[in-house]
Order: sequence, then C-alpha cells, then structure tokens
Amino acid sequence: MSAHNDIDRVSGRLTTGHEWDGIKELNTPLPRWWVLTFYATIIWAFGYWVVYPAWPLVSGYTTGVLHTTNRAAVTANLAQLEALRGEKMKALGTASLADIEKDPALLTLARARGKAVFGDNCAPCHGSGAAGAKGYPNLNDDDWLWGGSLDQIMQTIQFGARSGHAKTHEGQMLAFGKDGVLKPDEIVTVANYVRSLSGLSTRNGFDAAKGEKIFAENCVACHGDGGKGNQVMGAPNLTDKIWLYGSDEATLIETISQGRSGVMPAWEGRLDPATIKAMAVYVHSLGGGK
Amino acid sequence: MTKNVTPKQLMSGDDDLPLYAPQKKIYPQRVSGTFRRAKWGLMAFCLGLYYLLPLLRWNRGLGAPDQAVLIDFPNQRFYFFFIELWPQEIYYLTGLLILAAFTLFLMNALGGRIWCGYLCPQTVWTDLLYAVERWTEGDRRARIKADAGPITVNRLARRVLKHAIWITIAWWTGGAWVLYFSDAPSLVKDLATFQAPAIAYIWIGILTASTYLLAGHAREQVCLYMCPWPRIQAALTDEWALNVTYKYDRGEPRCSVKKGLHLRSLGERAGDCIDCNQCVAVCPTSIDIRDGAQLGCIQCGLCIDACDNVMRKIGRPARLIGYDNDINMQRRTAGKTEIYKPIRARTVVYASLITVVCAVMLDALLTRSLLDVNVLHDRNPVAVKLSNGAIRNGYTLRFLNKRGFDRVIAVDVDGPANGQIHIVGVDSVTPDRPMIVLARDATTELRVLVTAPFDEKVEKTQPVKFRITDIGLGEVASATDHFVTP
Ligand code: SF4
Ligand code: SF4
Repeated sequence: MSAHNDIDRVSGRLTTGHEWDGIKELNTPLPRWWVLTFYATIIWAFGYWVVYPAWPLVSGYTTGVLHTTNRAAVTANLAQLEALRGEKMKALGTASLADIEKDPALLTLARARGKAVFGDNCAPCHGSGAAGAKGYPNLNDDDWLWGGSLDQIMQTIQFGARSGHAKTHEGQMLAFGKDGVLKPDEIVTVANYVRSLSGLSTRNGFDAAKGEKIFAENCVACHGDGGKGNQVMGAPNLTDKIWLYGSDEATLIETISQGRSGVMPAWEGRLDPATIKAMAVYVHSLGGGK
Repeated sequence: MTKNVTPKQLMSGDDDLPLYAPQKKIYPQRVSGTFRRAKWGLMAFCLGLYYLLPLLRWNRGLGAPDQAVLIDFPNQRFYFFFIELWPQEIYYLTGLLILAAFTLFLMNALGGRIWCGYLCPQTVWTDLLYAVERWTEGDRRARIKADAGPITVNRLARRVLKHAIWITIAWWTGGAWVLYFSDAPSLVKDLATFQAPAIAYIWIGILTASTYLLAGHAREQVCLYMCPWPRIQAALTDEWALNVTYKYDRGEPRCSVKKGLHLRSLGERAGDCIDCNQCVAVCPTSIDIRDGAQLGCIQCGLCIDACDNVMRKIGRPARLIGYDNDINMQRRTAGKTEIYKPIRARTVVYASLITVVCAVMLDALLTRSLLDVNVLHDRNPVAVKLSNGAIRNGYTLRFLNKRGFDRVIAVDVDGPANGQIHIVGVDSVTPDRPMIVLARDATTELRVLVTAPFDEKVEKTQPVKFRITDIGLGEVASATDHFVTP
C-alpha cells in the first residue's frame, strides 16, 4: 500500500489510508497459512489440468494423461455391482420358482429385484403398484386371463401376449359388429346377456333367451359354457366381478362391436432369466397368484 | 488475554489498550491445594472411565456381544451394560441430551462453571498435557527463561520429548475412541497387525490430531473463542450462583505484608491481598480474577489454592479468593452474616425437570416392549377387488423381536367384519391365524393381505388392528391401520 503510516488508535494497526465517512480500513494482511493454501490450490489446478480432462476444445476436450472418463467409471461401477449381485442372482437363476417362494431369503431377494424391475419395465402399463388400468390387467387381484400360477405368470412375462414372439399367447376378441357378424340389435341383446351373467342389471324388455342363443352361437367357443372364460385362449371369465375394459352396457357394446386385442410384450431376451423369475415371483406374491 | 475495553472507553478513545492483541503465551505455574487435588482426582476418574470402559466385559449370553459399552453400527445396536437399544429407540439419546443440558444448568445455578473447570474434556486433557509440559520442560519460571534464551540441545531434547508424549497420549485417546465401536480386544489385535478397517485408522488419526491440537496447542483458546458455553452460561447465571470470586471487600486496599502488619497493629483496616500475583501466575487462562467475574475464568479454582497458600504463609485467614457470590459480598460489607441458598426456585425447577426426565426415561426403559409390530398400508393400489366381489387390502408388517432367542408368534386381525388374513409365503395350519417364526434380535418384514366381503353398508375406511401374540411367552403387541373399500 501507500507509504503513509496512519495508525488506528483503537487497534494499534496500520490502516490502508482509505477513508469513507470517517471509517478507515485496517491494513490487515491475509494470514500466511491462507495465502499459502491459496498458492497451493493454484499449483494443484495446474496438476489437475495435466492429469484429468479439463479444457473444452472445439470438438472434444483435453483428456489428461490419465484419460479418465465418467462413462468408463460408471461402467466399472456397474460391473462391480453386477459382480456383487452375481452370487445371489445366480441362486435365483438355479432355484425353481416354487423353491424361491419357500425360502424367505430368496423370496425377499426376488421381491426386491422384481419390484425394481417392475417399476422400470412394467409400471408404464400396469401402474407402479401393478394396480392396472382400463385395458391393462390389475395384477393384484385373482382374475387371470392367461393363468395365475407361478409357471403361467412366468410364461406370460417371458413370451407376452400377441407379442409376435413364436411362443406368445394368441387369442383375439373378434370385432362382431365391424365385421358384420352380428347386427346392432343382436349386439345390444348379447351385451345385456353378458351383464346378467355376473349379476349386473339388464335393460328393460331385454330378451334373455335370445341373448343366450346369440351367446351360444358366437361366444361359447372362446368364453366357454356359461361364460366362465378360457385361459388357453386368454378369454376372460364373464361371470366374475372384474372387468378389464369396463362392465357398463356402452363399453360392452363397444367391446363386442370393435373387438379387443391388447398386447403384452415378450420379455425374454430383454431381461435375463433370473430377473424374469424374480418378476414372476414378485407378481405372484402381490396376492392374486393361484 | 486482552483486557476488556468498555464501549465508553472506545467512544471516548481514551484507552491505550489494543482491541486486538496477538495471542500471548501462557505459563501457568504448578500449584497444590484442595482444588488441585480435586482436579487430579476427577481427571483420573474421567480418563480412567474413558480409556478403560470399552475393555469392560458384560455377559449377554450366546451370540450377543460381550462388551459392556458398544456402539454396533453394522448391526445397528447400542449396548450399554444391561440396556440394548435399537435404532428406532434413538430417542433415548434425545432424553440423555435433555438430561445433560438440565444437569449443566443445575451445576451452573449451584456453582457456576464447575463443568468447565473440572469435567470438560478440553480442561481434562489440557490439564494432563500441561502436567507433561511441566514434567519435561519445568515449571513456569524455567519455561519462561528457556523460551527467552537461546535454543540449546537440552531444551530441544525436552521439547521433542514433550511433543512425543503429547502425541502418544493423543494417539491413545483416538485409539480408545474406536474401541467403543467394535469388539475391543479383537480390534486391538487387528489394529496392531494392520488388519483393522481403514475407518478405524482414520478415526484414530482424526482424534489424535484433534487431541494434540486442541489440548496441546489451542488450550485456553478453545475456552475463550471456540466454546459457546461461556456465553450461554453468562445468560443463565444469577446473583446466588457461587463463582470463583476475589473478595475485594476483604482484599482491598492491597498492601505489602509489612504495611499490613503495621496498619493492623495500629488497629486500622488493611486489605489482605499482598499483590503477589500468584493467582494470575497459576491461572490456565492467565486472567486476573481480582478484576471481577469474567468470561476468561473457567472456574478451575487453582487461584484459590494459590492464594490460600499465600494466606497461610502470611498468617491471614484462607479463602481471600473462594467460591462466593455478590449477595454475600454485599452482606459482609454491611456487616451481616454470609448465607448460602442452594435451594431456590431456579435450582428446584432444574432438579425437578431432571427428576421428571429421568423418571420418563426409566419408565420407557423398563416398560419397553421386546416384541413389536409396525404396519404400512399399500399405497398403490389401496384396495383390490377380487373376482368374487370381495375387497382385499395389502399391508407390509414389520415384526421386531428384541429378545435373544427365536420365537413363534400368531398374527390375528381385528378388522373388517369377516376379514381373513393371509401372509405371503406362509402356509398356515390354522388358516385364519397364521403363525410365523421371528428370528432372535432381528426384524422380520412380511407382506400381509386382509380380505373381507364387500359390504356397501359399512364405512369406506374401517380400522384394522394387527395383534401378535408370542405363543410361548404370551407377550402381545399390536398396530392399527385402516381397511379401505374402493
Ligand atoms: S481465575 Fe482462578 S478459577 Fe478462574 S480460570 Fe483462573 S485460576 Fe481458574
Ligand atoms: S494470590 Fe491472593 S494475595 Fe496474591 S495477588 Fe492473588 S489475591 Fe492477592
């Protein structure tokens, strides 16, 4: 600072000579340790430039002598994680589905793994808690289109439904109205008949006998006698209280006229076998499994 | 220590005291007497407790750690003699902290900063390192002389020895610390053979450094600048609290021994203080207690011992400096007798609060359940409709078995009318009363489903209560939640 030597009376220290409204600034140098630390950080920075990626260039960046990249670090971390999980996941891979459910440790593992994978892959359609939505089955209940045993659930996850996979579940709800198989008034009648199967109210003047006849001629083949459904065809049970698309008359008329053919993708090939197993166990343990 | 500058002095600018002074080196002198002895005793007790406690064994039976005091982070257990705490019981720590605060308040109301002077770890370790310093480098005079003189080999050797002992003590302090977190004998072995986890070495390093720096080098600086307690304490104290006080009513005017004798022989009044500065020489914060109560005084009582020794030599009554308060100062001046009132509103309130907190904690400890259950309702979906129209709710139940053995419990549900319970993964012999085995000293988490027929007449949400019963011991615990109908 300047060559004056104005000493502050109270502190007995030199001031910088600057004065604002009678307030003077003490000339208090930074502590030496602070200054040294500051220089050390500068030196450190130079070292850092050399060793690590630091400077952005026009296309790319300086990679530093270590060639560190975050991507490589993440990959390594993931590999480490896989190795860590490997042992346990191997146990899942070799155990049978039934054994997994009987072993508390394996069950916990399968449920945890299944839940995580479910959230990533299945939740978009079935919801995060597997509660389903219109057209997407609720996996918590006990109504299963393709069967609710462990093996059946596993099979559905593996190959899907109408997924295009060679072993996929096939089966279609035909479009009776669009294809001209049934006339509109017949559709209304059979819709009311279907409602009556599960104890729902029917339209005034609805002809039950006619409905039964139409049903027998067109629907029994898939939905079975009395509309109890057929899991081989994925044909829902029409006598229970659960409706995938809705049970009101308008929805039923739409279903019968337009047909339905929701798709469940096949997961084989996309998820490893142990994970698919874990998912089957998870879905089964949601409570609806048979 | 800088002398205090009053705002008035600052305003008038008529003081010659620097507001900021560089740290002065303090050379407290050795002293002997009642309070010094008390301090040695308390130091031995505190350090002994700290260094030896982790080595104490306590038989808890097979499979349980046999260390009396153990903080077991990996298994999330805290053991203190017969007490075993789980993470969800960490509120005991809150209770202990409240208790510690009230005890500190009570100590303060009775005798000022007793904590600072005798029990604070900073004081205890500083005192210990001071003792080492005196032993290696000599007492006050020798050290002042040595510091002023040139560096000699002898002096250097003493200094190196001092730091070596300091670091050894600091290292031992860090070593004892980590023993609280793992089985002490095996950890000692692992540490010695470099098999211990890195975290142990790191903590020993941290504690070694902090002990060495704080107790060895920062010393009174910690009390003066880093510790918040003096500020809080100043706000809590009252005129009844006993503090280390120079009884100026007795000591002033200061005069030499000779002059005092002379004055008294003439039947005139003479002060007892001979201005020998012994009280300042022994003070670990180097303050002059004769200036009155001040922040820098940690109330260690060493000046009392110093002055008592002086008084004994000159044949005057002891305790010119002693534990005293303003009220007695005034009463003596007015010729009245001294009175002490340890029992007064403030102390009674603190003592009762301490009693209440103790009672609550003891009650919680004695009646703490060794069997417990927590419930968490499924959020998505909240309720599921089954094909026969019945409604099912899913819950996650967490069972806590705090006993040292496995036990079988039955789970009952008191909930929706005709409700049925099913535990995922459990095939029950009695279908509506599943039984499960709870592993000892562990939590078990299970998914539980409750199904009830749909009934439009009942409320959309009804209370549901899970009741668990230990089949062998009959212990019962329960948790409540809701059963929801869509
Ligand atoms: S004034 Fe006395 S009691 Fe206070 S810190 Fe100094 S020696 Fe200890
Ligand atoms: S030690 Fe006692 S006599 Fe000596 S200066 Fe201090 S108060 Fe006075």
